[in-house]
Amino acid sequence: MRELTYAEALREALRQAMQEDESVFMIGEDIGVYGGAFGVSAGLIDEFGPERIIDTPISEAAITGACIGAALTGMRPVGEIQFMDFITLSMEQLVLQAAKIRFMFGGKAKAPFVLRTPAGSGTGAAAQHSESLENWFVHVPGLKVVMPSTPYDAKGLLRAAIYDDNPVIFVEHKLLYKTKGPVPAEPYEIPLGRSKVVREGKDLTIVATSIMVRRALDAAETLAAEGVEAEIIDPRTLSPLDMAPIEASVKKTGRALVVHEAVKTGGFGGEVLSRIVESEAFDYLEAPVRRLAGRDIPIPYNRNLEYHTVPQVEDIVAEARKLVGGAY
Amino acid sequence: MEVTETQNYPAYLQEWGEEKALELLRKMLLIRAFEEKAEELYALGRVHGTMHLSIGQEASAVGASLPLRPSDYLLNHHRGHGHCLAWHGSDVNLMMAEFLGRETGYCRGRGGSMHIANVQANNLGANGIVAGGIPIAAGVGLSIKLRKTDQVALVVFGDGATNEGAFHESLNMASIWDLPVIYYIENNQYAMSMPVKRAFNIERLSQRACAYGIPGVSVDGNDLFSVYEAVKEAAERARAGQGPTLIEALTYRWRGHSKSDRQAYRTREEVKAWQKKDPIKRFAQKLGLDEATLAELQQEARERIDQAVAFAEASPEPDIATIMEGVYA
Repeated sequence: MRELTYAEALREALRQAMQEDESVFMIGEDIGVYGGAFGVSAGLIDEFGPERIIDTPISEAAITGACIGAALTGMRPVGEIQFMDFITLSMEQLVLQAAKIRFMFGGKAKAPFVLRTPAGSGTGAAAQHSESLENWFVHVPGLKVVMPSTPYDAKGLLRAAIYDDNPVIFVEHKLLYKTKGPVPAEPYEIPLGRSKVVREGKDLTIVATSIMVRRALDAAETLAAEGVEAEIIDPRTLSPLDMAPIEASVKKTGRALVVHEAVKTGGFGGEVLSRIVESEAFDYLEAPVRRLAGRDIPIPYNRNLEYHTVPQVEDIVAEARKLVGGAY
Repeated sequence: MEVTETQNYPAYLQEWGEEKALELLRKMLLIRAFEEKAEELYALGRVHGTMHLSIGQEASAVGASLPLRPSDYLLNHHRGHGHCLAWHGSDVNLMMAEFLGRETGYCRGRGGSMHIANVQANNLGANGIVAGGIPIAAGVGLSIKLRKTDQVALVVFGDGATNEGAFHESLNMASIWDLPVIYYIENNQYAMSMPVKRAFNIERLSQRACAYGIPGVSVDGNDLFSVYEAVKEAAERARAGQGPTLIEALTYRWRGHSKSDRQAYRTREEVKAWQKKDPIKRFAQKLGLDEATLAELQQEARERIDQAVAFAEASPEPDIATIMEGVYA
């Protein structure tokens, strides 16, 4: 199969949806001739024009409100928030408006839009351009939260998000944009709310999100050389969360490690951990469920400090060794 | 900047005819009767929750919807009972049922006083967050533009909302793209307890329009004809692709902000002075109605509201088994 980068896969999903459906359009800062801060929409303005690839002033609340208003009246907008950090400026519109409109109006309205946003550290952009805030949105009923880790998933999940009738926060990772992988040319959807076993193994379960899926896969190679087989599960959709494959895996392995980039305290790992111990899988645990996550600090600028703020491959290897080696 | 009432009212009355003019009066009376009943039901302990009454602002509600079509859109904010009732195709039974939290209400009892919407009729709802609906209105305008229809969106909000950042972002966006949005400030003089004269350093809130390069106009919000005229002109501009307008309607809320307001920030004299500018009486006078006829129509409105209460109170409360419904589509 041909290979695309994660950014190209996203662009293909956008292009195909816009070609077939006039109600789909994009709106955000510098997404037109600039092509988006990370190049995801590069060239789309040539194909669809400035009417459907809409460059906005720096107005995150209005970008989000524009998505909501257009979605309420028959459109399927795809908004872009240039860095996930800036989604703080959209919070009222997302949390108090988008998430609640349908419920407040007795289920009689719908707001089908996607808000795409790049998250994550590793680019030296420091504390205000590197955040991973996905769990804030997991905490809000009415929103869906998607975090693809591969080009294949990026394309299929974005299409599913565009055609979903709910507001979807679509969290991309900056370091993944240039990663390559097989992507079919034809349009396809990966249903939201389905976790995926990305590597099978018998010794421990690693639940990882976004870029941590790749790091977990790399870690698994090292572990395999030592005779430890890790099973890796990518939830892909954080909300609604599909726990069934995770529970089944933990029953098999008896050990679970949750890995994400966002800070540990109040992070998504806590939710996964809680659901594991609330489930039947609890009876199968041979060790405490562990979380490996970002340190509880803002992302530092210095390269070494930044590197040591979020989990790296060697951190996952070390934690997995401890977990299977009876350290806990 | 002087704000005067329009002198064109004889022409409007002639255009509408007596029947339509009386219908408008009936609508204002229905809104007032709704609000008075809401207050009474609260005092009797028959309402769960608070409310924001629009007594004294009825001309603003009825006049703003009047020049718009059923295919246009309405968005409004927490003091929105009047605008919801004035909007095309509204049903006072469903309003009252929502207010009383019943399954038959507009929002199945999930929204209540602050979130009444009639999405099927393009009433995209009231909003409990000050200025929360203003960015959404720009989105509705954008959608209209992309769909190439000649609809317009009317968004109604209070004076307080114009000091939120969302107001700025939305007006600027609507202006640069010539979106068909009518931004309608209902300046009732207070943002909760904060008087306009302390919250602004400009004389008229419509002066803000110049910052966006759009027309701004201030009108007598207690005069239905003046409100009608301003919204009509704004709608014509919007439909002609000439973009948004900022309208300030000067009015006054006779009651406190919500049910917990002791109104320590204003005087009785001030309230009384504004009550002399009662929008309903002013409209009735221009119609040449005598007091007896007005009283008759008032009674009619009250009876209609009693029927609405009877409908609502006979309606079931939402079934607990349905509690999870409507979060996701």
